[in-house]
Amino acid sequence: MLDNVVKSLLKSVADIGDIPVEGAYNIRMDGAGAGRRSTENVVIETKADKPGIDIFVKPFTKNERVHIPVVITKTGLSDTVYNDFFIGEGADVTIVAGCGIHNSGCDSARHDGIHRFFIGKGARLKYVEKHYGEGEGTGERVLNPTTVVDMDENSVCEMETVQIRGVDSTVRETSAALGAGAKLIVTERLMTHGRQTARSNMEVQLNGEGASAQIVSRSVARDSSEQVFYPKAVGNSGCKAHVQCDSIIMDGARIRSIPEISANHPDANIVHEAAIGKINGEQMIKLQTLGLTEAEAETVIIDGFLK
Amino acid sequence: MLELKNVSFSVEDAEIIEDISFTLEDNRFLVITGPNGGGKSTLARLIMGIEKPTGGRIIFNGQDITGLGITERARLGIGYAFQNPPRFKGLTVRGLLSLAHGSDLPEDACCEYLTNVGLCSMEYLNRDVDSSLSGGEVKRIEIATLMAKNLGLAMFDEPEAGIDLWSFKMLVESFRSMSKGRHTSVILISHQERIMELADEVLVVANGKIRSYGTRDEILPKLMGEFDEDCAYAHSS
Ligand SMILES: Nc1ncnc2c1ncn2[C@@H]1O[C@H](COP(=O)(O)OP(=O)(O)O)[C@@H](O)[C@H]1O
Ligand SMILES: [Mg+2]
Repeated sequence: MLDNVVKSLLKSVADIGDIPVEGAYNIRMDGAGAGRRSTENVVIETKADKPGIDIFVKPFTKNERVHIPVVITKTGLSDTVYNDFFIGEGADVTIVAGCGIHNSGCDSARHDGIHRFFIGKGARLKYVEKHYGEGEGTGERVLNPTTVVDMDENSVCEMETVQIRGVDSTVRETSAALGAGAKLIVTERLMTHGRQTARSNMEVQLNGEGASAQIVSRSVARDSSEQVFYPKAVGNSGCKAHVQCDSIIMDGARIRSIPEISANHPDANIVHEAAIGKINGEQMIKLQTLGLTEAEAETVIIDGFLK
Repeated sequence: MLELKNVSFSVEDAEIIEDISFTLEDNRFLVITGPNGGGKSTLARLIMGIEKPTGGRIIFNGQDITGLGITERARLGIGYAFQNPPRFKGLTVRGLLSLAHGSDLPEDACCEYLTNVGLCSMEYLNRDVDSSLSGGEVKRIEIATLMAKNLGLAMFDEPEAGIDLWSFKMLVESFRSMSKGRHTSVILISHQERIMELADEVLVVANGKIRSYGTRDEILPKLMGEFDEDCAYAHSS
């Protein structure tokens, strides 16, 4: 039985309001396991040496969804967890992760998730991760995710990360190594407000011939929040990479974008685009001419931008 | 009814609009024309409230709206299809039409408006109004947003720009039927003879001033001569 705070957190981060009816899952609550199911093709096991789980997806598994949400409802809790994902050759799976913190106390609540993905030959992974914080307490809500992706030949990884509200401090570390023909698509969406801070460091090593990466980061910084982006793409083969950081800055917020692209191979083709600017004035005016107030127009523009 | 009384607009030292006055009665179709840079778009933006006049008054249906903001004027029933409409990331054509309408617009209504501007509706409904659309497509969607609502005054700024001949015919028909129904009155900024022929009245604006103003039959015959002079002047300077 899950209580309502937990259910609503699950809804926000994992698109499930309760125990999922189908598929493998693992729910971690306040630093301990709160439910698990393995299936014939997806086996979840507790790590022997440290907190966390190993997730094994059998080769050629098709169309399975795995949910591994984390919820924290206790103030003062600091939780570090190591999860390793082994995606077998030719498998095609979706993994929905996510962390929701409800902090109603005055101490900080923190979750550091260290996720490593080993994606087999020709396998396809869609990984969705949502971060969300709430709670009336003054305690900080801190999330520091580390993601390491190791992609074998011709594998595909589509990674979607979303952090729209309630997380006071985040340092996100992402690194990926791509084998021949591997394809990585990362979409990062972030909104910060109040005095929140967010930093995202990303390093993509394109090692194999024909590897490709597409990284899109969209962010909105409001109030006096701060964001730093440090995406780095390294071409070590005949490869293609496109990094795009697009930010809307508002109020007294601050954003730094420090792109780095480097090539160690004559056939590496790496492009970076970065832009920071306020909400487009003509867009605001257009929506007002349709009868929207300034605040309504702003919401429409930001929602679309982060969609 | 729209009345402009001695409206002026200047920025720094430049007079962009100088002492313009005219009255547009209900159920009238006004075409504003004149050379590029003459002040046509600025005039429409002043009526919409996007720019504030530095002199004069604007009266709409008896109410002085000179001090009102854009949203308030929109809610009084004034609409403006931009000369250069902005694009929106993550907002679909259907979403934009619904915002214009004021509530969720049924699919068949969206389709009708898009067809009226020469767009094959099914292909467009769920596309984002972003940089994946061509200039002509964005322009037509912009026109369609003004069809999604009944307005007291609808203003279209060079709607023919970037539009192929086939769609243009369609558009002229849409404006023709619009002039007897959907909106109480229409202001259309255009250089197109075919569109000017729809007008009840024609206002020629040049150098921020009214050069001539009258019924279609009074103004149109004179116009060709005036444009020739502008061209001659442009060539000789
Ligand atoms: N806000 C503004 N600031 C400075 N110049 C402006 C502004 N608005 C319009 N203008 C200038 O006023 C002139 C008239 O512009 P516009 O109204 O767009 O002409 P038209 O639509 O007739 O081509 C142009 O020279 C334009 O550059
Ligand atoms: Mg113009």
